[in-house]
Amino acid sequence: MAAISHIDPKEALAVKARVEQLSFYYGDAQALNRVSLDLAERRITALIGASGCGKSTFLRCFNRLHDLYPESRYEGQILLKPDDINIISKAVDPLEVRLRIGMVFQKPNPFPKTIFENVAYGLKVRGVRDRHFIEERVEGALRQASLWAETRDRLQDSAMTLSGGQQQRLCIARALAPQPELLLLDEPTSALDPIATANIEELLSELKEQVTILIVTHNMQQAARVSDFTAFMHLGELVEFGDTDTVFTTPRQKKTEDYITGRYG
Amino acid sequence: MAHEPLTVMAQLSVSATTKAHLAKRQRVDRWVRRILFLAAALSVLVTVAIVYILLSESIQFFRQVPLLSFLTDRQWTPLFSDAHFGILPLLSATLVVAAIALLVAVPGGTLVAIYLSEFAPVKVRDTTKPVLELLGAIPTVVYGYFALLFVTPLLQKLMPELPGFNLLAPGLVMGVMIIPYISSISEDAMRAVPRQLREASYAMGATRLQTASRVVFPTAFSGIAAAYILGMSRAIGETMVVAIAAGLQPNFTMNPLEPAATMTAYIVQVSMGDVPHGSIAYQTIFAVGLTLFSITLLFNALGLLLRKRIREVY
Repeated sequence: MAAISHIDPKEALAVKARVEQLSFYYGDAQALNRVSLDLAERRITALIGASGCGKSTFLRCFNRLHDLYPESRYEGQILLKPDDINIISKAVDPLEVRLRIGMVFQKPNPFPKTIFENVAYGLKVRGVRDRHFIEERVEGALRQASLWAETRDRLQDSAMTLSGGQQQRLCIARALAPQPELLLLDEPTSALDPIATANIEELLSELKEQVTILIVTHNMQQAARVSDFTAFMHLGELVEFGDTDTVFTTPRQKKTEDYITGRYG
Repeated sequence: MAHEPLTVMAQLSVSATTKAHLAKRQRVDRWVRRILFLAAALSVLVTVAIVYILLSESIQFFRQVPLLSFLTDRQWTPLFSDAHFGILPLLSATLVVAAIALLVAVPGGTLVAIYLSEFAPVKVRDTTKPVLELLGAIPTVVYGYFALLFVTPLLQKLMPELPGFNLLAPGLVMGVMIIPYISSISEDAMRAVPRQLREASYAMGATRLQTASRVVFPTAFSGIAAAYILGMSRAIGETMVVAIAAGLQPNFTMNPLEPAATMTAYIVQVSMGDVPHGSIAYQTIFAVGLTLFSITLLFNALGLLLRKRIREVY
């Protein structure tokens, strides 16, 4: 992190996704108001802000999860590099987007299937049949999620036999198996104990070598520990965005300072 | 400071009016509990009484007819002078009709449930569900005549050899009749699958069909299996449709194109005639009833066992 703080992010780092003037509506209620920011490739960007500020809504725009529910509406664009497709365009199939972008949820939500089947799920829905390839990817993803040592002898056990922290790492492995370009995490440690949380945080620092990460967290220490860039949101608007050290040590906005010093939120 | 509200409450509770009020509330509570217990006890008692009568009358029957011949004799002619008491003809007809009904109802009910729970827009679901449940409100005697006077003639156009009474038509109609039962319970089970699991599947790039078949269906399967078992019990116990459309001749056959009496149809037939109380013909009702009861009990127990074994925790 220290290495990054003195680099100007926009110049030195490749951009993985560019968000431009993104607004989002649930029916008539506006949840996001013209948010613009860049996600740096192979870096961790954290979204912080009080409950209801729109950070999860923002995250779920990236894989069009809002499309599952009626009356959701996007404005603006999210351009995914390198091909610059606009993720939220009506012309883009949400399935195609979700095949490129993985997601980990707040509460561990493994399927009631075996550990193996959970990790293989993304490949199987893509129509991958090659057993050997699937096995290889499952092992690779479990290794990436530092879960291989604990599960290699029990891949055929139900995922429900794992502990909460293990289940969340399994969900990370599940998201990683199809080798996504971008990994979304929605408060991935809020249901976990401190040790499991520390494991996941360490894991994220390793993962950013391979994949761009966008994480929502309401734990400011977590944002400070793991992220390279931090975006602070308030009432559906982006208040401040910059490299994490700057945002936490010398915030430009009064609101950001109030939030990170615990004066509200 | 923190104890203050407690002290206030303690003072309140010792005041006389509150005390009287409390006693009254407790009295009401006691009575409600007694009435509720009575209601529960009554239904258990009735069940026990039914089983007792079934058993005691059946014992009378089996004093005269050995169990072995009841189970192996291929003829059922209790009212003839040359009386035979073999359950097989009634059993075979019952199983054939139930099998046909389930062949229609299980795939039909499952598909309807998957459609309503995973695919249908809210508007369609909100109108389709009540209509389906209306199907369950149609008296079964109507289904019976529908089978006899509409479905059988229709089938006869395809198969001119088909007799007016047969097992196929009531089986098909009964299947349609059971679809709402299976779809309603299955849909409830699928709707109960947590949203997070569906979102996890969609976030992996799965289509609706993949999410429905690979995540929602297996996760809800314990509930869906219960729906199947219930449908099976209903198919076996269903009476009017078969009594009207399948014929009343005991016929040991597995051929759905023949007429045959099921266990329930036989009970209707004998109950409507004037069989002297206490005669062997009278007791056959209970022996057949006991057999019917044992089969549905077996299926329900099987269903319970199945549910426990395949129960998926989420």
